[in-house]
Amino acid sequence: MKQHHHDLIPVFFILILLLIWEGCCRIFKIPLYVLPSPVQVFKTLLSELPTLLGHAGVTVLEAAAGIILSLILALILGILMDCFPLLRRGIYPILVVTQTVPMIVLAPIFIIYLGFGITPKILTVVLMCFFPIAVSFSDGLEQVDKEYVHLVRSYGAGMWKTYRLVKIPAAVPPLLSGLKVAATYSISGAVVGEWIGAQKGLGYYLLRVKNGYMLDKVFACVLIIIFLSLCMNGLIRLYQWAALPYLKQK
Amino acid sequence: MNLTDGTARKLEVRGLSFAYEGRPVLENLSLYAGQGEFVSLLGPSGCGKSTILKLLTGILKPDSGEILVDSCRISEISGHFAYMPQNDLLFPWKTILDNVCLYGEIHGTSEKTRKEALANFPLFGLGGYENSYPSALSGGMRQRAAFLRTALCQADILLLDEPFGALDVITRSEMQDWLLAMREKLNRTVLLVTHDMDEAIYLSDRILILNPWPSGIVDEISINEKKRSRDWLYRQNDLRRHIFSKISGSAGRKENTQ
Repeated sequence: MKQHHHDLIPVFFILILLLIWEGCCRIFKIPLYVLPSPVQVFKTLLSELPTLLGHAGVTVLEAAAGIILSLILALILGILMDCFPLLRRGIYPILVVTQTVPMIVLAPIFIIYLGFGITPKILTVVLMCFFPIAVSFSDGLEQVDKEYVHLVRSYGAGMWKTYRLVKIPAAVPPLLSGLKVAATYSISGAVVGEWIGAQKGLGYYLLRVKNGYMLDKVFACVLIIIFLSLCMNGLIRLYQWAALPYLKQK
Repeated sequence: MNLTDGTARKLEVRGLSFAYEGRPVLENLSLYAGQGEFVSLLGPSGCGKSTILKLLTGILKPDSGEILVDSCRISEISGHFAYMPQNDLLFPWKTILDNVCLYGEIHGTSEKTRKEALANFPLFGLGGYENSYPSALSGGMRQRAAFLRTALCQADILLLDEPFGALDVITRSEMQDWLLAMREKLNRTVLLVTHDMDEAIYLSDRILILNPWPSGIVDEISINEKKRSRDWLYRQNDLRRHIFSKISGSAGRKENTQ
């Protein structure tokens, strides 16, 4: 019961902020193209919902493709880095450096190389999501208790069975932590890719309405982006809850 | 192979030496365990007892010496040994049933091992916990599950590395009573590593006392008592004193020579 009270605290704060925001817009009569009020944003959200959902479908597709590709690449690279420590020492710093390059710089370059299709958007998502997944999985593999490995080896397990029975399952909780972060980033990644050049998607919609100073639509779109990002995060949590029951008993 | 119908084999170690990062841990160590014999390796913490078991399992490679099972030389990881480490090392992501069937899963005999495991759950005091996760079990139950996993290995020699070392005194005593009752049923050769004198006296046919690095055997004590009980154990003061003098004497000698 006490936990429920704690969960309500941020909701309470958000409501207060929205009330202040609404009050300021009404009292100071702030024009729509400067700052729309929460009520205006909500009304726009309802009226624009069919259009927004159409664009959201494209964005979610790009985000999902990007995150799946990131996961596959991270699993392969994580295992390879664990098998070959020299490879880990060589690649790990490069992975860190990739995160220091601003995505807004890379996204136009991808469009130059790959055109205006879905591929550069997926690549943008991959570049944003791959790092947290790969690093968490790789660290998870490295931190597996060696005694577990010795135990299965003494039972006659070879390299593949050692990975299947011990190393990969032990690295799943850290992998999911990275996946949760990546899933939250994935929608933003797709939006950045669309912002630079696209014919459909929330990023494209956002750019169009921003250029028209329709800030109520900008805010409505941002709400959809927040909602979708939380949904992606929630999907990973749902998978963790359903597929890894031992974590619930902790 | 049935769990309670194991094939006991004799184990012989000749002139085993091992150094870790240039520092000798074992030097020319020889020992013997007869068919179905329960032998304890007793010595102070850090004297290399666990290293002996890791060398036997093949996890570590000796610098010299040989390991023989029924006179056959063993040089790699072999199916002769079932190793139980000090910590239960149950996989938190597997149910107790899946944990104890680990050996079967590795060797593609899961179905057979599951049947055998289920039949033995009540005997190991684990009945009703087949589908529980390790986090739901007490320390003693986890150790029993780890012991069942070890016993379900198709191996002839059990290597127990301080199996009850992480438990509280009361649970440890209960587990020792339980193992004493189980050992006849298991019919395996057992090598137990411990630093607990009473545990060694209570459970063993023979105790080998190790000195600190580089380890070697300083004394060997045979215990022929067939009907063991806690009362019998409490009366073994002379034996306890003798073992203590050997351990402390060897430790003192090592310190003087360093």
